[in-house]
Amino acid sequence: MSRSNVTRRGVLKTGAVTGAGVALPTIFTASSAAAFTNEPTGSSVTLGFNVPQTGPYADEGADELRAYELAVEHLNGEGDGGMLSTFSSKALQGNGINGKKVEYVTGDTQTKSDAARASAKSMIEKDGAIMITGGSSSGVAIAVQGLCQEAGVIFMAGLTHSNDTTGKDKKANGFRHFFNGYMSGAALAPVLAANYGNDRKAYHLTADYTWGWTQQESIAAATEALGWETVNNVLTPLAATDFSSYIAPVLNSGADVLVLNHYGGNMVNSLTNAVQFGLRDKMVDGKQFEIVVPLYSRLMARGAGENVKGIFGSTNWHWSLTDEGSKAFVKSFGTKYGFPPSQAAHTCYVQTLLYADAVTRAGSFNPCAVEEALVGGDSSLPGISSEANRGFLFDGLGNGQTLYRADDHQCFKDVLVVRGKENPTSEFDLLEVVEVTPVAQVWYEPDHPMFAGGNLGECNPGA
Amino acid sequence: MFGLDKKDTSLLIIVAIITLLAPFILNPFPEGSAMAQFNAGYPDLMQRFVIFGIFAVGFNILFGLTGYLSFGHAAFLGVGSYACVWMFKLLGYNILPGILLSLVVSGIFALGIGYVSLRRSGIYFSILTLAFAQMSFALAYSVLSNPKFNLTNGETGLQVYTDDPQVLMGPNSPTVPNLFGLEMNATYKLELGPWLFQFNAGYYFCAIVMLLVVYLAIRIFRSPFGLMLRAVKSNQQRMGYTGLNTRPYTLAAFVISGMYAGLAGGLMASMDPLAGAERMQWTASGEVVLMTILGGAGTLIGPILGAGFIKYFENIFSKINDNVLHQWFAFMPDWMENAMVFIVHPFIGKGWHLTLGLLFMLVVIFLPGGLVEGGQKLMRWIRGDRRKKKAAEKAKSTTTTEPAE
Repeated sequence: MSRSNVTRRGVLKTGAVTGAGVALPTIFTASSAAAFTNEPTGSSVTLGFNVPQTGPYADEGADELRAYELAVEHLNGEGDGGMLSTFSSKALQGNGINGKKVEYVTGDTQTKSDAARASAKSMIEKDGAIMITGGSSSGVAIAVQGLCQEAGVIFMAGLTHSNDTTGKDKKANGFRHFFNGYMSGAALAPVLAANYGNDRKAYHLTADYTWGWTQQESIAAATEALGWETVNNVLTPLAATDFSSYIAPVLNSGADVLVLNHYGGNMVNSLTNAVQFGLRDKMVDGKQFEIVVPLYSRLMARGAGENVKGIFGSTNWHWSLTDEGSKAFVKSFGTKYGFPPSQAAHTCYVQTLLYADAVTRAGSFNPCAVEEALVGGDSSLPGISSEANRGFLFDGLGNGQTLYRADDHQCFKDVLVVRGKENPTSEFDLLEVVEVTPVAQVWYEPDHPMFAGGNLGECNPGA
Repeated sequence: MFGLDKKDTSLLIIVAIITLLAPFILNPFPEGSAMAQFNAGYPDLMQRFVIFGIFAVGFNILFGLTGYLSFGHAAFLGVGSYACVWMFKLLGYNILPGILLSLVVSGIFALGIGYVSLRRSGIYFSILTLAFAQMSFALAYSVLSNPKFNLTNGETGLQVYTDDPQVLMGPNSPTVPNLFGLEMNATYKLELGPWLFQFNAGYYFCAIVMLLVVYLAIRIFRSPFGLMLRAVKSNQQRMGYTGLNTRPYTLAAFVISGMYAGLAGGLMASMDPLAGAERMQWTASGEVVLMTILGGAGTLIGPILGAGFIKYFENIFSKINDNVLHQWFAFMPDWMENAMVFIVHPFIGKGWHLTLGLLFMLVVIFLPGGLVEGGQKLMRWIRGDRRKKKAAEKAKSTTTTEPAE
């Protein structure tokens, strides 16, 4: 009896298949030959916000998502418009992008390359996202950037600080507003030398992936050029939560500076461990032991609490800046969420605006047209004589004059050197800006050895 | 047919029909409707369904037949992926050499690990395999990925660069994984009214491979070799006493199962040419155990169901965010809407693990045989119901034949 049942079902199914097969050619709707992947045809356009919602960078991811929601509001003409009014390009009118209402989908990168790519793929294939943005880890940024290049959509990198993102892993469809390890080194080293002297022995703890490697390389090179010595470099897994076993050897290494090439939850834990081990009260050869955190953020400072006081680092942007763009952004972010934005939120907000502006100026969502608008200009930064000094120059987004460089799709702007505040006036007022390093000091040529080996390739519009 | 009995043939045919029609079956809701959120018929997820189906079917050959619970199968998956991507880097984007090498490398890996681990059974075997898998993960994640000797590219994941040798690539070769020119990411989109169906070359390649290996698994299940493996599960000591050396059988099962995992890894890399170390982590090994138990260990179709179930949750539920929830409950008054969102919030988005855990508990408690047992119970209930109805009708007709005059 069961056999006859199964056969009947088989017959039914086969019938259905044949039926569908026969009917198929007759019901072809004229499938519009799209010029590029996910060409928006309706009255709205979908952006994909791919941020870490779990894992060591979850705090940054949550703040990035807030910034994206704010950016979408402003693009659609809701809220107070934020940086739309201070942006030097006036193409954006608050009526969506190219007249299409902005919608978005979100995903969790889990700070894992595999998961991030799966999430980005589903945004592209299922939700029809025309642009992917976000991420708080360079490993993820590079993996997703490669995916977007293959799929033919634009990738606007979120917080990614590795030299490789716009160095050996650069892609024509990928763009980065955030600064990088080399710039941190170039900005931070002179300040360190001025404060701690020229004969220091540095011990590096480094997150074991592309960002950690390239930042360590950059900081070591920049400080060694000023006379420092690098005693040791120890790689730590990104998933580590306890760094005691890495801190203990520092005590007997003869080093007098500890450089923590850690970010997010990693840095909070390693700094706390280091302070618990009494490193900051230690004297080595008559010199006070110091700790340096090259890439700093307010979220990390809040996580590490008391321990950040007096510690130097660099940052892409800080909410206490007083230019018009920063003030407008801090105001609308604070009105919506009740606290100031982090640097991760800032770069993500700015990237969304820059993308929307480029699409509007190009008059098309085609990735190749967007690339042309985003970096294709002929303007250049004043005061830097270089062949590579050309691209799209803009202002009013919080970092002063900024160049989106055509050769590697990297933004060039001033870098902030910051220090943990000794007497914070509020729970957000944790960092003070020590120096604004001018862009000329952090400039490098696209073929600099730390960035060499990559190839932008051709822009890929996909289908 | 194909040396299978009638029941297995019909099972295979049903699986074939379902996999080939998956783009229709998985996209039941029209584009743009509120329910479109639950559509799973897009290439990436469909590929995952069949690839993890292969992985779980292979795992089931070891776990379902011999009862040896390996907690390190993800290592073979990862090794397969790396092997495949290296072939892309060295030879070119044709996927055949890559998949062949992933089979070979994972087979060798499984032989080595199995040779050592199978000296113990039970929990000790599980721990040994777990230890090997974690060692492989650590190797891939950091030891073999320093700037000087970079075999795995660590956290970023191994990927193909334009300046890689790729000696077999001509000037006009496609620059994405392909099978003799058929690009794996080529997708034909069919718009039927409000519905959108996507037919992806890579998916159909994986689906055909899955049908082949499911056929192979059925043959193994029904063979004397399979019977021997079942005997190992029921009483290995007794087999030892009768003078039979079981280790070659268990080792063979381990290697076959490892090669299934390697094949799955190779296919994963062929669909998306990047191999990350996370796919070797113990959570990935645990996932395949969950898939097999959830679907029904020791059954033929169970692991595929389990794989589909878990991947669906991972990819669909994790993408529902508060915004979507607010849309769902928009018809309610504001305070009720917010209350509902507050209640549902922990179970969606990043909380999908929680939902999955609850469902897993329910399945294990009420359906120890997995989803397959659930299906069987349902069938029996429907059939029993129908039989009862028939019997009742008969009874009714016999009783009503007597006129009550």
